[in-house]
Amino acid sequence: MWKRFRYHIAIFFAVIGPGFITAMVDNDAGGILTYSQAGAKYGYLPLWTLLPITLLLIVTQEMCSRMGAVTGKGLSDLIREEFGLRTTFIVMAVLVLANLTNMIADFAGIAGSLEIFNIPRWVSVPLGAAIVWLLVVKGTYASVEKIFLFACLVYIAYIVSAILVKPDWKEAAIYSVRPVLMLQGAYIYMLIGMVGTSIAPWMQFYLQAAVVEKGVTAKEYKESRIEVIVGCIAMSVIAFFIIVACAGTIYEVAPRDLQVPADAAAGLRPFGNYAYLLFAAGLFNASLFAACILPLSTAYSVCEGLGFESGVNHRFREAPIFYWLFTGLIVVGGGVVMWPRFPLVKMILFSQVINGVLLPIVLIFMTLLINKKKLMHEWTNSRFYNFISWAAVALMIGLTMALVALSIQDMMKS
Amino acid sequence: MADERLFFTELLGLKVFDLKGRTLGVVKDAAIVPLLDPVRVDRYLIGSGAAWLTVRHDQVRSISLDGIHLRDEILTPYHSDEYMLRVVRDLMDQQIIDAQGRKVVRVTDVTFEIQPENGGEVLWVLDVDIGLRAIFRRLVQGLLPRRWIRRLQVGIPPHSIRWEFCNILEPDPQRRLRLNISNRLLEDMHPADLADIVEDLTPEHREAIFENIDSEVAADALSEVNPNIQASILESLETEKAADIVEEMAPDEAADVLAELEQETSDEILEEMEHEPKKEVRELLEFKEDSAGGMMNTEYIALTENATVADAIQVLKTNEALMETLNTLFLLDSEERLTGAVPLARLFLHDGATPLRSLAVETLIDAPVTEQQDRITELFDKYNLLALPVVDEDRKLTGVITADDIISVLREK
Repeated sequence: MWKRFRYHIAIFFAVIGPGFITAMVDNDAGGILTYSQAGAKYGYLPLWTLLPITLLLIVTQEMCSRMGAVTGKGLSDLIREEFGLRTTFIVMAVLVLANLTNMIADFAGIAGSLEIFNIPRWVSVPLGAAIVWLLVVKGTYASVEKIFLFACLVYIAYIVSAILVKPDWKEAAIYSVRPVLMLQGAYIYMLIGMVGTSIAPWMQFYLQAAVVEKGVTAKEYKESRIEVIVGCIAMSVIAFFIIVACAGTIYEVAPRDLQVPADAAAGLRPFGNYAYLLFAAGLFNASLFAACILPLSTAYSVCEGLGFESGVNHRFREAPIFYWLFTGLIVVGGGVVMWPRFPLVKMILFSQVINGVLLPIVLIFMTLLINKKKLMHEWTNSRFYNFISWAAVALMIGLTMALVALSIQDMMKS
Repeated sequence: MADERLFFTELLGLKVFDLKGRTLGVVKDAAIVPLLDPVRVDRYLIGSGAAWLTVRHDQVRSISLDGIHLRDEILTPYHSDEYMLRVVRDLMDQQIIDAQGRKVVRVTDVTFEIQPENGGEVLWVLDVDIGLRAIFRRLVQGLLPRRWIRRLQVGIPPHSIRWEFCNILEPDPQRRLRLNISNRLLEDMHPADLADIVEDLTPEHREAIFENIDSEVAADALSEVNPNIQASILESLETEKAADIVEEMAPDEAADVLAELEQETSDEILEEMEHEPKKEVRELLEFKEDSAGGMMNTEYIALTENATVADAIQVLKTNEALMETLNTLFLLDSEERLTGAVPLARLFLHDGATPLRSLAVETLIDAPVTEQQDRITELFDKYNLLALPVVDEDRKLTGVITADDIISVLREK
């Protein structure tokens, strides 16, 4: 029995590579709350976004891993070499800003999940920050990564829950393919957040770096691609069930905005008393996992792009900017959440909207780079890929402008 | 701030004036022709309207923050030249190797020195600038007056690398020759440092380095590189060059590297190798990687049981290459079976006539070729070994595992 179990774990980790890890980290506090909120407030209606989001996710992730495999360079290195320092600086500023909001979201996730057990945030947040900092700096992160990944199995609870609440599958199926557009500030806000949480700027940098680090070459790249696609689909499947579970348990009773993270635990109500426990465990694991990867990946990208020494194998004195950036993200991200009246859910959702708003900037440079023959040789983008990524850029900019316009309109009225 | 310095960010966009003081255009790029002179800026590329013109270094009367004044205004149109190293195109924002700091860095700016030459002024490349101060200059370049930038940057710590320690990376072998890029700096580095640098580079640059440096240096460095990168480097090289490098490696390391390769590639490389090392490597390849056979190397010194200290010293003299790491001698009987181990240091305490047998360690520790890796590390720990002889089923000595092999194994865990 134990042997078979061990065998299954071995299989589980054998298929796991950069693509899968990226996809799992992608479902962090921001992801869970954004999908829960979407289901709680709009029911099955937002399900249609998942198909285009999955397509775009696959396209962007595939582009990054292809660039990493063919050029052997990270995304920030390529931006620096092809577009110069000023552009790199701007893109890095975007990345730091987006990831600072993600760090805030993840610390909010840590605070929110532990508040369910009545642990106040002035205890949970500094503790979480200290754990993250030590795990990464002491180099023990790599051994803990598998635990984080394994704990992601808790997402299966959402699948079980979605089935147990007996949702209206027919309606869910119809809404999965029927786009609904509403020119409503809150709706567009949710759309941008959903794209932003699924296809975050950091993922592109992280995945490309991971592919380079793993030493995947253009020849072996085909195998990596499958793994990337499987990861993207896994992420979307989880998102689908979170939305359905929350639609079935919250929206069907009374559509509403989530106020505190614990509200989202209702999505797991079929588990009775264990719902809170499962939800808290999932949220805590996801938040801590992402909180380890995000600052590290940001610091690496920025230092490589701007040419500073980077890496936890260096001493503080050798790579000061790397350590300051990395520590700064943790301290500021955690510090903001410590404020007692900090609206956890609102800020988590807002952070994902910021990611969505900033995404096109990164996407533009990715698409320009991957079409350079000099870099990519025969591996440049196909027309279909270019169409998808330019359409996504146009769409995200359009949605952002619509949101801004609607917000201004609202302000004028009041 | 000394005025004889000029940063490339300042040179860029600097106005160029003719003899009458009229503006001809602004500096768009500067080029060094390393075959002519490795430090002097040979040409300035001037943009005036759509066309680019070339100003030769001997046409310049003076260079300062206020502009470049010419003494000869017959300029030729710019056409691309394979022998030119252009600062904007080939250097700025690219990675180079800092041979003194032993790392890969990214060029943010270049510092020149203004030097008088034949009644005019020329620029010599002094430093390549990295770090915050250069980043600041790049960010505000063209937005603020040059003199303000100089004053504002004072508070930021500078970080530069002397030009003579910079090794430019160029994957194209033709262009390497034209740009006169040598590997002397890399070959002088410690192999372990070179290995670290190589790990930081892209596959294409790794290939270029290993294609060009001396096979012996390449072998030493390759032994220190992380195993999966080792494989990809060897696979990218011409079989002949790969075989040259593998030949220079210690047989156990060569076998380890070849074991990482695809069967076909490793056979090809083995085929190209000279007879002697090929045989040893082939034998080592037969063993499982995590057994004593897979861990051992075949570079050891063994003598007959009745040899004396003088004999041993004689043998050592003919095996100078092994001396750096050797610490134990082995004794064999007439059937080549292992009978004793003599710590090298004991030779110095006895005169030439002493039989080696009397100097051997009291308890001989050895391991069969099939022994598991874990058990081997245990033996090293338990008996505080520096070297462990490995024997086959007839107790014939087949190889030796040394403490540095154990350290590598433990580090990998």
